[in-house]
Amino acid sequence: MEFIGEHLLPGQLGHLFIITAFVASLISTISYFIASNKKDFSLQQSWIKLARVSFFIQVVSVLTVFGIIFYLCSNHFYEYLYVYKHASRELESKYLLACIWEGQEGSFLLWAIWHSILGSILIFKSKDWEASVMTIVSLAQVFLFLMVLGIYVSGVKIGNSPFVLTRNELQAPIFNQPNYLSFIQDGMGLNVLLRNYWMVIHPPFLFLGFASLLVPFAFAYAGIKNKLYGEWVKPALPWALFGAAILGAGIMMGGKWAYESLSFGGYWAWDPVENASLVPWLMLIAGLHTMVIYLHTGRSLKASYLFIFLAFSFVLYSTFLTRTGVLGDTSVHAFTEAGKAINVMIFLFFFLFTAGSLVLLFSNSRNIPTVHSEEDSNSREFWMFIGSIVIFLSSIFIIAITSIPTYNQIPGIKDLIIKFHGGPLAMPEDPEFVYNKIMILVAFILGIITAIAQYFKYKKTPPKYFLKKIAVPTFIAAIITALIAFVYPFTYFKQGIGFRIAIYMGFFAMVYAVVANAAYLVSVQKGKLKTAGGSVSHIGFALMIAGMIISSSNKQVISSSLVNGITFAPSKDPMTKQMDDPQENLTLIRDVPTRMNQYEVTYFGDSSGHEKGRKFYSLLFNKKNKKDGSISESFVIKPDVYVMKDNNMSSNPDTKTYLTKDVFTYISYALKDNQNEDTTSFKEIVMNVKDTAFYSNGFFVLNDVLKNPKIGKYNFGPQDAALVADITVHSKDSIKYAALPALEVDDDHLHYLDDTLYAQNLYLRFNGVTSDHKIRVGLKESDRLIDFVTVKTFVFPYINLVWLGIVIMFGGILISMINRSKMRKGVALTILIGLTACIFFLFLFANN
Amino acid sequence: MVLSYLCCENFNRHTMKKSSIVVLIGIAALIVGLLAYSVDFSTYDTIDSAKNKEGKFVHLIAKLDHTMPLEYDPVKNPNYLSFYAVDSLGGKTKVVFRNSKPTDLEKSERLVMKGTMTKDHFECKDILLKCPSKYKDDKQNLEKSMEDSQYTN
Repeated sequence: MEFIGEHLLPGQLGHLFIITAFVASLISTISYFIASNKKDFSLQQSWIKLARVSFFIQVVSVLTVFGIIFYLCSNHFYEYLYVYKHASRELESKYLLACIWEGQEGSFLLWAIWHSILGSILIFKSKDWEASVMTIVSLAQVFLFLMVLGIYVSGVKIGNSPFVLTRNELQAPIFNQPNYLSFIQDGMGLNVLLRNYWMVIHPPFLFLGFASLLVPFAFAYAGIKNKLYGEWVKPALPWALFGAAILGAGIMMGGKWAYESLSFGGYWAWDPVENASLVPWLMLIAGLHTMVIYLHTGRSLKASYLFIFLAFSFVLYSTFLTRTGVLGDTSVHAFTEAGKAINVMIFLFFFLFTAGSLVLLFSNSRNIPTVHSEEDSNSREFWMFIGSIVIFLSSIFIIAITSIPTYNQIPGIKDLIIKFHGGPLAMPEDPEFVYNKIMILVAFILGIITAIAQYFKYKKTPPKYFLKKIAVPTFIAAIITALIAFVYPFTYFKQGIGFRIAIYMGFFAMVYAVVANAAYLVSVQKGKLKTAGGSVSHIGFALMIAGMIISSSNKQVISSSLVNGITFAPSKDPMTKQMDDPQENLTLIRDVPTRMNQYEVTYFGDSSGHEKGRKFYSLLFNKKNKKDGSISESFVIKPDVYVMKDNNMSSNPDTKTYLTKDVFTYISYALKDNQNEDTTSFKEIVMNVKDTAFYSNGFFVLNDVLKNPKIGKYNFGPQDAALVADITVHSKDSIKYAALPALEVDDDHLHYLDDTLYAQNLYLRFNGVTSDHKIRVGLKESDRLIDFVTVKTFVFPYINLVWLGIVIMFGGILISMINRSKMRKGVALTILIGLTACIFFLFLFANN
Repeated sequence: MVLSYLCCENFNRHTMKKSSIVVLIGIAALIVGLLAYSVDFSTYDTIDSAKNKEGKFVHLIAKLDHTMPLEYDPVKNPNYLSFYAVDSLGGKTKVVFRNSKPTDLEKSERLVMKGTMTKDHFECKDILLKCPSKYKDDKQNLEKSMEDSQYTN
């Protein structure tokens, strides 16, 4: 059958370029590998030349592939399944890129593009290391292209191509018609939950972070391959630092995104997907500390190898965990199985890189130089090493807990679990606490080490020097912690006294780290920026963790019945003998002020957004002075509910941000528009513009009829077909109200957008227009008009410390990177100031 | 293995330093182990097996029973939801969730509920919904939406 209106050429070209990229990266891998084995210089150069040419062909191909997908999506060619699944006409153009990397295939391509860019830089910058380093980069590309290859080898499908056709993949009668395309009105579009500016920024950052972890991995491989066991550390360190900065910021962007637009009320939930990117970052941090130790003392080389190899291996393990569906029911991130074609590839990718690098390391273990002298506990490297081990162990702990759902799927182990545990293993009642109670101790140890380690010198430190320098910061930190305990005590009682003590210990350690590093910056380094990277990033890290401790420990659910003393008193559960969770939701009836802790909250209005189906609820928060009743604080926030095309609802919070706290509110329950109708029917009045009509409690005037206006809660544009009646209602007590009932036609349906005056129990409807151009106004008076929303409101104190901390850490790591990579001053400053300012804006201002 | 590997490398054999650090890390690992062990890990259960474990915190995988009434009146109390759930083995239970009603509960295909079974109902602390629309990669769902696009014409 000939199909009408299809555009098949771009897809065929795209698939051709995918295959080209795959073959080119394969050739590049092989040639680089051969080159790295050749001793003869000219022979080696000719292999390198071949490898470079094929790598660049690969770069051009992958960019072309991405360009073609962009072209297909922006033109809404729904004959391609990928376009149908991810693009739609109603999607704002700023999300065009985001909808491409929403899908599995698009995100692999994004990853491959970053590898291409980093690889191109390495070709120019890595000099003698090129052949062996680029072997690994090209090999990673081979695997990424396998995922999107979409070809059949003897009946087995390898990878999913983004260029498959809708009619080949789906079974539906619609495809029996040659003009099936004219029936497909629109694609499914970007998931509404993901329509957020972070979706545009966060994935590229995260994937650049993942991609940059490959580089130190490749250098470590090159070190063993070329028997230059220690020399790789120096060129690899700036890359490791780059990865640490980018991935660190990328992870916290995910947290900020969750905080801004998801309704779980926080920025971190130890969700498997969050953990999956945190673990490689922790390993990288452990690795870059041991690398620094090696550069200064010649120690910790083997540990550096191990951490760097594992960091990238765990990027791949994370990919495996989060994309193959093994986590199933445990993650809020709704991932599904991508199908065998990709799952097997991901596992192979992970297995080959992990097993390969570890085998290489252990089989060459004897050749890697170690220092056989005693390490002084008065030395900086001793404490840095302990710190690295703690970070490494904590990452292993996190991934072990995260992987729990997979244990149930390993055949032999599954039976053991069921036998001894009494059923498949699942997370305990408070899953976050499993992590928190370990990580607060980790924070304590790391904070102390971070505070004291800089005051030790490499190799040996006179104890007097150390004690003299550390005394003042210790004292200050103790004072600050004591002050906090009295002035602003942590109120996290849920887990008992032991955990509260642990929180104070962790907090003390973080304050200690901030103060000690700041003091070091001033008194020892004399404020020299160039070498300040370590101190600055430690200050940032500690500030971030301190902010997390404060904002989570003193987070308050102010909509809770415990706070407000209403509804039902919390009772003890007869079974568990524990206090029931407080009732955390509060219903706000329209125009009725309701007490919420120190605020009086009124739900007073609703309005529609740019997107169809999105409704904003205006909530007025007033805080009154107890003495004279005057209002001391007043603000309006507008959380929204988004009813999607398929009638699913999504709730997005809104936050009032102060310097020292955030008031965070989301709608936990809202009426759907048609649920609130009562049975009283409308009485119709026919009137002209400027006419007056009466109702039981006053009269109203029809001021005007407007076509497609932007007025009040409406936001009509020229593409709409809507009429709005502008009415003023005058009640007996001579109060005026504006009412804007409207009539809208879309998709051949007529919609009445009634307006309701709650104070007057009055419904007004735009019923239509008579043949002699008079306006038919519907009028209904009812004694049963209830409009309400149910909300949950949190106060997060000092959450800005978290965002400020991550920005400072980012800047600090960049300073270290610049210092280690010997850039020119101008370039260095531009990169530092530009990137840090950009991150600063994103975290602290973009949404305020 | 990893640990001993790291330690041999960094600390000279037969010195106090090495043994002290091994002890230190050993203690740390022990604390982690004890703390982790002290956590009462839960289980995935069917409704019937959960009824045999009254009072224990379990995970249930079930579906909303559409034949039975769902009770939620946010004006009266926004923190009380009750409904009935059935699982694939035919087990049935009343569920009480003292929180707001998750949007689209009615549309969900599958519920993962965490909580404890009591005599007459399942006291639910947390619900995870699996809704069909979230699954773009599900072919049947795509085919359905393709069909719908035809009918809206």
